Amino acid sequence: MSVLVYAENANGKFKKSSFEVVSYGYSIAQQMGVPCVAISIGDVSNDELTKLALYGAAKVLTVNNDQMKAFVNQAYGSVIAEAAKAEGSKVVVLSASFSGKGLAPRVAVKLEAGYVDGAVSLPDMSAGFTVRKGAFSGKAFADVTLTSDVKVIALMPNAYKVVENAQSANIVAFTPNVNNNDFKTMIKEIVRAADKVSLPEAEIVVSGGRGLKGPENWGMVEELANLLGAATACSKPVSDAHWRPHSEHVGQTGIAVSPNLYIAIGISGAIQHLAGVSSSKVIVVINKDTEAPFFKAADYGIVGDAFEVVPKLIEAVKEFKSVNA
Amino acid sequence: MKILVCISNVPDTTTKINFSDDAKSFVTAGVQFIINPYDEIALTRALELTEAQGGTVTVLHVGDASTEPTIRKALAIGATDAVRVNAAPRDAYFVAKQIAAYAKDQGFDMIMTGRESIDYNGSQVASMVGELLDQPSISIVKVLNVEGTTATLEREIEGGKEVITCPLPLVVSATEGMAEARIPNMRGIMSARTKPLTTIEAIDVPSLQQFVKYDKPAARSQVKLVAADDVKGLVDLLHNEAKAI
Repeated sequence: MSVLVYAENANGKFKKSSFEVVSYGYSIAQQMGVPCVAISIGDVSNDELTKLALYGAAKVLTVNNDQMKAFVNQAYGSVIAEAAKAEGSKVVVLSASFSGKGLAPRVAVKLEAGYVDGAVSLPDMSAGFTVRKGAFSGKAFADVTLTSDVKVIALMPNAYKVVENAQSANIVAFTPNVNNNDFKTMIKEIVRAADKVSLPEAEIVVSGGRGLKGPENWGMVEELANLLGAATACSKPVSDAHWRPHSEHVGQTGIAVSPNLYIAIGISGAIQHLAGVSSSKVIVVINKDTEAPFFKAADYGIVGDAFEVVPKLIEAVKEFKSVNA
Repeated sequence: MKILVCISNVPDTTTKINFSDDAKSFVTAGVQFIINPYDEIALTRALELTEAQGGTVTVLHVGDASTEPTIRKALAIGATDAVRVNAAPRDAYFVAKQIAAYAKDQGFDMIMTGRESIDYNGSQVASMVGELLDQPSISIVKVLNVEGTTATLEREIEGGKEVITCPLPLVVSATEGMAEARIPNMRGIMSARTKPLTTIEAIDVPSLQQFVKYDKPAARSQVKLVAADDVKGLVDLLHNEAKAI
């Protein structure tokens, strides 16, 4: 028996969310009294693979197959399910990343496993196996009891802290059975903005709304975000007006985020927007309208004109960074 | 081109969510239901593709008879015909099994869903249907074009996008950007009344999971207001009190 964790890489490097799933998988494995096994697919160096042991993987399976250097949903699903069978895994954990969300359901079907997407805490194993997840797009939580023999969980990014549980690194090559029918899709191009922090995984998010009046005024949002190492985001009216791309839209019909700090500038706080940010740990609202509903859902607020407050905030953060660097 | 679009019936985005006293079920009284917004994006793109290239768009929904207004809305927007699988949509696996059972022998070139429903946020059905039919599936797609028998897609990834080609048939889950939802016109609404809506019975599916309890996020304590001329004070609070920077 074991817990199997899929550690996703981007260009051969593991992301923070990969260490989160290993830490999470290790904790479940400890509760079950079984080892945590990690699996990595693609071209990843031994040094990088060793990092998975640092967070609790007693064994690291590495799949280095020419056909699987880049992500292929169907093929990766087959490999993970095959590894789960080989390792006798009763629980399989993935990240609820963009790729993970497409991949995990295929793994679940192959293993006839009950599946929870977007888990926000460790399973409660006191009576059965119950996992908490977000529901109604941030307006609620649901507890889901998995009754199948094998269980699959996709963990929400930022929901579980990375914890070191150093194991001695045991890296083992895993050679899967390859089914050519799994390779119908072909990646033509991958575009990644190298200097941008990814929104779903960001620890700090700086978000702008209609109060910023136009796309030409986003310079200060980006400057503040850069200073804080934050991702930029926006409300729905802003992306609907094409001031910013849809991929930055946070809310009920956009991305749900759970950063440590969410700074909302010129966003009134419609119920649909609040749903997407409700799991943020700390919320700061800057709005000139005292009556903006967002103030009721915020931890800190400044009533003031964004065009006066944000430049001052940028200066204050610069000063803070120079002292606390 | 023959496209199947799977739609779910969800509370309107402005709905305040409430649960029963035993926390076991969502209270639907007084709630306005709509087509899941992401499913509507998929439907709109399917219509754009078939209008340009010829073909049909069938909508499928798993739900009881009370959901028919939502299905008629999809027909009013422009779908050719509709199928309702007569069963409560217990969970994503149940729904995916119904879709796969129906679609198996129908020869669809493409099966489309939204990236997730805005009620249970599963993001599961598209990939599960792909797996059950042994077809490729691509999730969270923001651009979809079809030329001949090949689809070209852009899917969202962290901090960027991936451009993919794939031969038909395939399963696609749609996100914002793929199409702008349409408002049905009077002609669409009138013709929707007479378009075929077939009801079929559900197949048995083993239960692998159960929703046992719901609750709402804890309310935040009173907001702490900082004067607009004391921005430095906010930075101090975020560092020393909130430990957020």
